[in-house]
Formats: sequence, structure tokens, C-alpha cells
Amino acid sequence: MWSAFANPHKFLKFSAVAAPLFYGAGALCILWGLWQGLWIVPKDEYQGGDIMRVMFIHVPAAWLAMASYSGLAVASFVWFIWRHELADIAAKAIAPLGAVWTALCLATGAIWGKPTWGTWWQWDDARMMSVLFLLFLFLGYMALRASMDSRQKAARAGAILAMVGAINVPLIKFSVDLFTSLHQPASVITADGPKMAAVYLAPLLVSSLGHGLLFGGLVMTHMRTEIRQRRIARLTAQALE
Amino acid sequence: MSAAPILAAFRQAFAEAWAGGAGALLPLGFLGGTAVLVPLGIGSDTDTLSAVGPGIIWVSLALSSLVTLERIFQADVEDGTLDLWLQTGAPMAGIAAAKTLAHWLAAGLPLALASPLLALMFQAQASLELLVHLGLYALGGLAFFFWGGVGAALSATVRRGGLLISIIALPLYVPTAIFGALAMTGGIGSDGAPMLLAASTLFACAVAPYAMAAALRLAAD
Repeated sequence: MWSAFANPHKFLKFSAVAAPLFYGAGALCILWGLWQGLWIVPKDEYQGGDIMRVMFIHVPAAWLAMASYSGLAVASFVWFIWRHELADIAAKAIAPLGAVWTALCLATGAIWGKPTWGTWWQWDDARMMSVLFLLFLFLGYMALRASMDSRQKAARAGAILAMVGAINVPLIKFSVDLFTSLHQPASVITADGPKMAAVYLAPLLVSSLGHGLLFGGLVMTHMRTEIRQRRIARLTAQALE
Repeated sequence: MSAAPILAAFRQAFAEAWAGGAGALLPLGFLGGTAVLVPLGIGSDTDTLSAVGPGIIWVSLALSSLVTLERIFQADVEDGTLDLWLQTGAPMAGIAAAKTLAHWLAAGLPLALASPLLALMFQAQASLELLVHLGLYALGGLAFFFWGGVGAALSATVRRGGLLISIIALPLYVPTAIFGALAMTGGIGSDGAPMLLAASTLFACAVAPYAMAAALRLAAD
């Protein structure tokens, strides 16, 4: 069943429809979330007043940072075991986008942290550190791929590194509860259900969905470009023979 | 299949570490240089120095593993040793682990052994605790060398791969660095952090050789 998704022709057909849909739905969700977040929901004085509204970008970015690395690891694993080229194309597309959202998470976190905690950055906060090193994992993955002299080698080396690095993703969640820190503990996904007021939760979840859809659409566009580039390279090689 | 190629790889790596201008002494020189320069840089205040001392030694351990590992697999790719290993049919993970272990023995363990002396230079109180710290440095250093080895194996075919190794290995060093620092400061209970440090090192020893083996097979292609 899964191997049906490994066919580039089917993927091109599917993504020609799906990518625009993802962009449209993602834009609607993000705009609604921003409108709710910036104008509708009441500010939370405990979380720094109006600055807490950055949460509607910060939290989706944080989730997406972790999810995109998981996606990178899964795609690498699938490529490494079954050698479906589409999985490698997906991994290659996910890396730079994941790095962008990880950087967005760090930037918005610093902007939120300065007025609330009085500091842009706190070195003994394991969660900030983990996200920073997640960014390094993405950058290392991209640097390693770029330094390999053939596409096949880049895919293999990248897959090994992504799978090794995947141990960092569970560590992010683990470290939150292990270290006493400035950062508030998880308040949406807990064993007792969300601890957050519903008025914040709905825009947050919709905004996260929107960021996820935008991410998915961008990944598909990247993949379509990559498939066409490979096709061009193949045709050029044939023409030169 | 016998263990002979693995033992040979171990001996070769150990000899390599000492050959060519006492390469294994480089990390010690590195750490010695740091021990002298840090007080000049941050001032000679006793409290400050004893506070940053353990951290400086951790950083030096991590950096020395990066410095010494840059060439560990590159030379084998260039002179054909790697191809010969692959032909012996010996498990590649075993060979990679043996080489890494030899490098740790030559460059990582001496650092840990020198750590009590350095701690005294950083104005630590002379006590048995320094020997406990020695054990923690040895344990954490082993994890650094194994993860650094993954970076070295992945960039074995890359010219001037030193920077690449650093950026690959840096995030992998994080758990060890955090647990190591926590074990020193007595965070999360007196036993918890050393146990986690040991666990992360064992994890590195279990996972890294297979990643190195996969990377080396790629390098031989």
C-alpha cells in the first residue's frame, strides 16, 4: 500500500492538486489564528501581557521544528531501508524548511523571553538548548549533503546522520521534565489533558494546523522542483550521449 | 571470521595516535594551554576559577576529541586500508569501535587522568571528589569520542572535513555534556545524573559503531 506513494508520477499528480490546497487552507488557518491571537483573546498578565500573543507563532514553530525533524528521520529511514527515491527527495526538501521554522521558534522565543523573563536567552534552560541543537542538526545535515560529490552519496550520508541525530528529538521532551528551568512545563499535551484555557487553545491549535499545512505545501513544491531537476539532468545526459 | 582484523585495527590506531609528532599528547597540550590561558582571560579570582574549572575541562575534552578524530578514518580511505578491511569480512562495526576505543585510550583517557591536576590549577579543593570527577570525565569522554567518530566516518571522504565533524558531532555531544555537568554539580540527586551519564555513554557505545560502519561502507564506494 505504502509503495504506491513512492511513484514519482503519482506524486506529481497528487501534489499538483494537494500543494495549492495546503497553501490555501494553511493561509486561512494562520490568518484566523493571528486574528484571534492579536485582537480577540484576552492578554495574560502572568505571561507578560500583550507579548504573550507571540505564542500563536512560537508554539506552532516549536511543534513544527520537532515534527519536521521526526519527518526527516522517518524519510531517511524509509530511503535507507527501501531506497524509495521519493523519500530522499522528501528528506532533502524538509531539511532547509525545518531549519527555518526552528530558527523562527528560537527568534520568537527570545522576543517573548526578554520582557517576561528579562533575558533573551538562558543557557541553563534545557529546552532552549535542545531547540538550538536541533537547528545545528538541520545545519549539519545540510552541510554534510552539500559536501558529498554525488547525489547517491549525499542521500546515504544524510540518511545515516538523520537517523543518528533522531535521538535528540525525544531528548527535547525528556529534558523539559528533568531540569528545573525558566521554561514553563508542557501545558497542552499532558496526561490530564490540556491545562490551557480553551480561549487560547483553539487559536493555538488552528494556527499550528495552518503552519503544518504551509510546511507541507512548501515541502511538496520543493519535491516537485527536485523531481523536475533530476529529470532535466537525466535528459541532458541523454542528449549529450 | 576471526577477531584478528579488529585487534589489528586497534593496534594500528593506537600506534597511529602516537606516531608523527606525539599526536596523543596534543590534547594534553591543548588542555594545558587552556589551563594557563583561562585564568589570564577571566581573572585569577579563586571562586570564579573553581566555579568554571569543571566546565573548562569538559569543553577541552570535547574539543580534543574533535581535534584528534579528524584524520582517524580519512587516512584509511586514502591508502586503501578500508578496502582491505571490507575484504576480510570482519564486522565493520567492530573495527570502527576498536579504532575509536584506541583513540580514546590515547587521547581521551590521559585528559581524564590529568583532570585532578588541572582541577587544582583551577583552585578546586583537594579531595577524593576529584577522583570521582576523573571517572566522570573518562566516562563522558568515551561518549564524545564515539559520537565524534560518527562525524569522522561520515566526512571521511571530504577534504578538510574538520569543520563538518564539529557541526555533525556538536549536537550529539549535548546529552553527555548536560548529564556530565549535572553529575558534577549534584543536580537531580546524587545518583541520578552519573547514572544518566553512564547510560548516555553506553548508548553511544552501542549505536555509534553501527553508524560508523554504515558511513565507512559508503566512504569505500
